[in-house]
Amino acid sequence: MTASVVESGRFGAFGGRYVPETLIPALDALEVAYADALRDPAFVTALGDSLRTYVGRPSELSDAPHFSALIGAPVYLKREDLNHTGAHKINNAMAQALLAQRMGKKRIIAETGAGQHGVATATVCARLGLECVVYMGEEDMRRQQLNVFRMRLMGATVVPVLSGTRTLKDATSEAIRDWVTTCEGSHYIIGSVVGPAPYPRMVRDFQAIIGREARAQMLERAGRLPKSVVACIGGGSNAMGIFHAFVPDREVELVGVEAAGHGLATGQHSASLAQGTPGVLHGALSYLLQDDDGQIYPAHSVSAGLDYPGVGPEHAFLKDSGRGTYVSVTDDDALDAFGQFSRMEGIIPALETAHAISWIMANAGRWAPDEPVLLCVSGRGDKDVAQVAEMGIVPL
Amino acid sequence: MITQRFDSLRAAGRRALVCYATAGHPDRARSLALLQGLEAAGADVLEVGVPFSDPVADGPVIQSSSQQALAHGMTFEGALELITEAKLSVPVVLFSYLNPIVAAGPDALHRARAAGAHGVLVTDLPVGEDPEREAWFGAGPLDFVRLVAPTTPRDRMGLIATHGRGFVYLISRLGVTGMQDEISTSLPSTLATLREVCTLPICVGFGISTPAHARQVGALADGIVVGSAIVRAAERSVDEAVALTRSLRAALDEG
Ligand SMILES: Cc1ncc(COP(=O)(O)O)c(C=O)c1O
Repeated sequence: MTASVVESGRFGAFGGRYVPETLIPALDALEVAYADALRDPAFVTALGDSLRTYVGRPSELSDAPHFSALIGAPVYLKREDLNHTGAHKINNAMAQALLAQRMGKKRIIAETGAGQHGVATATVCARLGLECVVYMGEEDMRRQQLNVFRMRLMGATVVPVLSGTRTLKDATSEAIRDWVTTCEGSHYIIGSVVGPAPYPRMVRDFQAIIGREARAQMLERAGRLPKSVVACIGGGSNAMGIFHAFVPDREVELVGVEAAGHGLATGQHSASLAQGTPGVLHGALSYLLQDDDGQIYPAHSVSAGLDYPGVGPEHAFLKDSGRGTYVSVTDDDALDAFGQFSRMEGIIPALETAHAISWIMANAGRWAPDEPVLLCVSGRGDKDVAQVAEMGIVPL
Repeated sequence: MITQRFDSLRAAGRRALVCYATAGHPDRARSLALLQGLEAAGADVLEVGVPFSDPVADGPVIQSSSQQALAHGMTFEGALELITEAKLSVPVVLFSYLNPIVAAGPDALHRARAAGAHGVLVTDLPVGEDPEREAWFGAGPLDFVRLVAPTTPRDRMGLIATHGRGFVYLISRLGVTGMQDEISTSLPSTLATLREVCTLPICVGFGISTPAHARQVGALADGIVVGSAIVRAAERSVDEAVALTRSLRAALDEG
C-alpha cells in the first residue's frame, strides 16, 4: 500500500508526504476516496453539473484587441475571472467539497492568501451545507479586507494567523495543525498544487479543466495551438491547470511567471523556482526560499496570492526537466500592467494575473504576428482595487 | 546509550522521564542552564529541539520558543555546541523537522554524535515515505526514534516498530504539541495495541503537563515525554522548569 501511494505522489524526485504521522491514514483515505470518486459516474456528473450551472463553466476565451496590437501577436484570454467568485480557485474548491461530502466529512478547513481560495471555499461550503473554517494571515486580512467580509458574509469562520510572517505560509501551517487535530471529521481543502500527496496531483486534476477547455477553444478560434501559454505562479494551481492539457504538445511553450517582489537581487520576492533550492515545506519536497540552515525565508509580493516561499512540486519537476519556462516580474511592473491592462481591455485583472500580463508586455515583439499567446486570467482584480488605491497609483 | 538507559530503568522497575527543551530558548545562556537543570532534576533522556521556522507539528508554546530561538540565531550547529557545552550524562535526542537537518549536510548525524547526541527524531518524516532519507537516518550513528499516532492502524504500528531504534514515541492524542487538562481516553487501548506489535520501550508524549498526568501515563507506558509544560515554565524561569521536572519525577516514581 504505502510504496505505491508514495510513488504516485512524486513528480520525479519532488512531492512526497512529509507530514506528521497522524495524517498518514487521512492522506491514505483521501487517496482512495479520490480514486473511487473519479471512477464513479455519479460524482463526475455532479461535479460537471455544479461547474456548469453554479460556477459558470466553460469560461470564455476572449480576444484582446488592444493588448494584442501592443504585443504584435494575437493574445487570447482564458477568462477564469468570470467564474463565480472571480477566480480559478472555485474549480478546485467545488470538486474537493463534493469529495469531502462523499467522504462524510462535515467540516472544511482552508488556508488563504489573497482570500480568493477562502472565498471559493466559503462559497461551496454554504452551497453544500458544510462548516467552513479559513485560516488567513493577519497581514493578508489587512490587504484583502473585502474578501474577509465576503467569507464571513457566507457564514465561514475566518481565523487570523499571528505567527511568523502572518501571510499565506503561516496560514497554511495553521491549517495543517488544525487538520492534524481534526482529521477524523474534517477535510482540508488545500488551495493550490502544494502540500503532501495526493494534493498536488488532485488539485492539478481539478484545475486541468482550464487547459482542456482552452486547448479546444484555441483550436476552434485560432485554428491552431498557442505558441506560448502564460500564467502566474503562487503555489502554481492556475498555471498547472492551464498547462496540463498542453504538456504533451511539445511545440507549445509553457511559461510560469513568479513574483519578483522588490527585485530578485533584494531578496524580497516570491520567486522560489528562480531563486530557491530544493527542500521540504508543508508536506512536499520542492523548490523553496530558504537560508543555508534550512529555515524558510519570508517571501514578499505586492500580491497576497503570490506571496509564498514554496511552489508546487510538479512545477519543480517541469523546471528541472526543461518542459516549463519560469520567469519573474516585480511589484512595480505588475502594478503598471494592472493599470494599463484595465484601461486597454476593460478587464481589471487580479494583481496575481497582472504579473503574467506584465511579462507578456515586456516581451512584445517576441512572437510572430501569426503566433498566438494564451494567457490565463486567473482572477479579477476587484479584490485589489482598495489596496492599489491606498498605494496612490490610481486615486480612488 | 538510549537502550542501556531503558534497560536499567526497566531492571529498576522505573519509568523514563523524557524532557523536551528548545535549543536556544529563552536565550542561549538560560537554555544551557535549563538542560543541566533538567538533568539534575531527574530527567532520564533530554530531547533537544533544533528550531525550524515552520513547525507544523507544534502548538503555540513550542512554536513561540522556536521563533525566539531562531531570532537569537540558534542553528543546528548551535544546538550541537550547546549539547557539548552542557556536558550531560543522560542521553540526548535531537528533535526537529527534516529541512533543517538535511540542510546541515551529509555528515550532520556524525557531527551530532560527536557533539554528544544519541538519538534523532524527525516529526515530518513518517515511516516509508522517503526510503533514501530514512536509510540515511537509520544507518547513521544516532538511534532513529520513530513516531506512532493515535490514528496509526495496527499493521502500520508493527512496521514503524521495526524501523525505530531506542524507543517508540507514541503521540497521546490527535493534534500538535501543547498542554491539555485531561489525558485522551483512547490512550490505554492505543498503547495496548502498540504493545502487541512492538518490543521497543514506548514513551508517550503530547499533552502531558502535570504530575497527575505523569502518574496516570506512567502506569501504562515505559516513559513519558514532557515538552510544552517545561518550555512554558522555562519562559518564566529556569528554576520553575526545574521545579516542575522534580515534581514530575516524584510523581512518576511514586507510581
Ligand atoms: C486570482 C489569483 N491568481 C493566482 C493565484 C495564485 O495561486 P496559484 O498559483 O495556485 O494559481 C491566486 C491565489 O490566491 C489568485 O487569487
